[in-house]
Amino acid sequence: MTNETQPSMINALNPNNANSRIEDDNVSIEVDNLKLFYGDKQALNGIDLSIPEKKVTAFIGPSGCGKSTLLRCFNRMNDLVDTCSIKGEIRMGGQNIYDKSIDVASLRRKVGMVFQKPNPFPKSIYENVAYGLRIQGIKSRRVLDQVVEESLRGAALWDEVKDRLNDSALGMSGGQQQRLVIARTIAVKPEVLLLDEPASALDPISTLKIEELIDQLKDQFTIVIVTHNMQQAARVSDRTAFMYMGNLVEYGETNTLFTNPKEKQTEDYITGRYG
Amino acid sequence: MEGDGYTHHISRQFNQELEAVRTKTLEMGGLVERQVRDAIESVLTLDSQKADEVRNKDHDINQFQTVVDEECERILALRQPTASDLRLVLAISKIVSDIERIGDEASKVAAQVIGLRDEVSEKRGFVEIRHLGAHVGQMIHDALDAFARMDTDQAIRVAYEDNKVDSEYANAVKDMVKIISNESEGADRILKVIWALRSIERMGDHAKNIAEHVVYLVKGLDVRHIDAAEMADRVNKN
Repeated sequence: MTNETQPSMINALNPNNANSRIEDDNVSIEVDNLKLFYGDKQALNGIDLSIPEKKVTAFIGPSGCGKSTLLRCFNRMNDLVDTCSIKGEIRMGGQNIYDKSIDVASLRRKVGMVFQKPNPFPKSIYENVAYGLRIQGIKSRRVLDQVVEESLRGAALWDEVKDRLNDSALGMSGGQQQRLVIARTIAVKPEVLLLDEPASALDPISTLKIEELIDQLKDQFTIVIVTHNMQQAARVSDRTAFMYMGNLVEYGETNTLFTNPKEKQTEDYITGRYG
Repeated sequence: MEGDGYTHHISRQFNQELEAVRTKTLEMGGLVERQVRDAIESVLTLDSQKADEVRNKDHDINQFQTVVDEECERILALRQPTASDLRLVLAISKIVSDIERIGDEASKVAAQVIGLRDEVSEKRGFVEIRHLGAHVGQMIHDALDAFARMDTDQAIRVAYEDNKVDSEYANAVKDMVKIISNESEGADRILKVIWALRSIERMGDHAKNIAEHVVYLVKGLDVRHIDAAEMADRVNKN
């Protein structure tokens, strides 16, 4: 990724062209002229974007386009990269999450994240889900039991594991582990769920279960998903953002973007053409 | 979408599949154009042999539709096309359906020859058939041309022509009805002429449908169930 702007990107850089603001829905996350650098390499070139509340928003684009980088900005995971610096704002509830007054730990409680590879803790199924509550200091067995069951039900996993809650999570299948991680994430009642390629390591059936789960969870959470699988983006999301070389090229209703995209770059990418 | 927009996929095989299905559709269109010409000529010359040929060839057209639809089905299942590729496959599937229906109408026109042959000297209504036939034949040609070149302006012109065809048909039928009501004999013959005119008019409707599918293919706009002026308006605003 370079700092230079290609001539063909001029349209894409214009936020009005990318139609990056939403009008009909409540806004959960507002990205304002976000620029991100790894050292002196610019990875995001001034992103403007509104993520709607309690909807699924998908980021698609080729490897290295900045979609995962952008996703990680939403819970400040990029803070962990030493050379990373950020300009611009990301607002949640009107407050810039990069403001000095923000407590990053509580931000991450509000903005949960699930990664490509399931990463359960080497503990029991029960303890995995209860973990977030325990570190919040909740000890009541009754409360823990209730939240564990609710979260496992929420992650469509309860019926499969209710008789072996004390078994190790590492003995579960990949698809079950990923749903367990989602249960662990929703146990602390976040507002936003960030899913970074959540199904790319799973078989087709487990993938469909995750997709079905995403559909159920969007009533309660704002969901942002990064995926390489375009059909998956088309199936699960309400809105889709297409990114290319650190720019937001096109952002709109998923149905429109996949049947009649406005930008030629989007069209070339989703139809598998070389641009 | 560009005229050759379907050719730049990373998968060369996908390019070939789309190209093949599009070529097949145009080939089928060419065959039907000939059928329409021959059907009308068979009526005007009362050539029953030609009429039979037209009716026999209808089977080939049906066959084309089956082949193209199977190929579209395969592409949808295996390639999961999106955007302009998806629109191309959907549009082609609908276009071949309209082409096939034009073929059916051509058969119906040819079928009228049998009744008309009884009175070779009597040629009332033939001017109307020739005129309407030439008009609709041009429309079909232009609609297929719009598809081949992905030309929405041409598609809009076809939609406007359908208005003219409709009123030409209405006038012709009015004249035929006048003949029937003024004369005590020969109504069955005039009815045959009306049937032929009716089939030709229906061909025009299918040509207009093809033009609408072309607009959908190129612009992603659904312009069915509206008149030509509104169609032009929507395309120009897009």
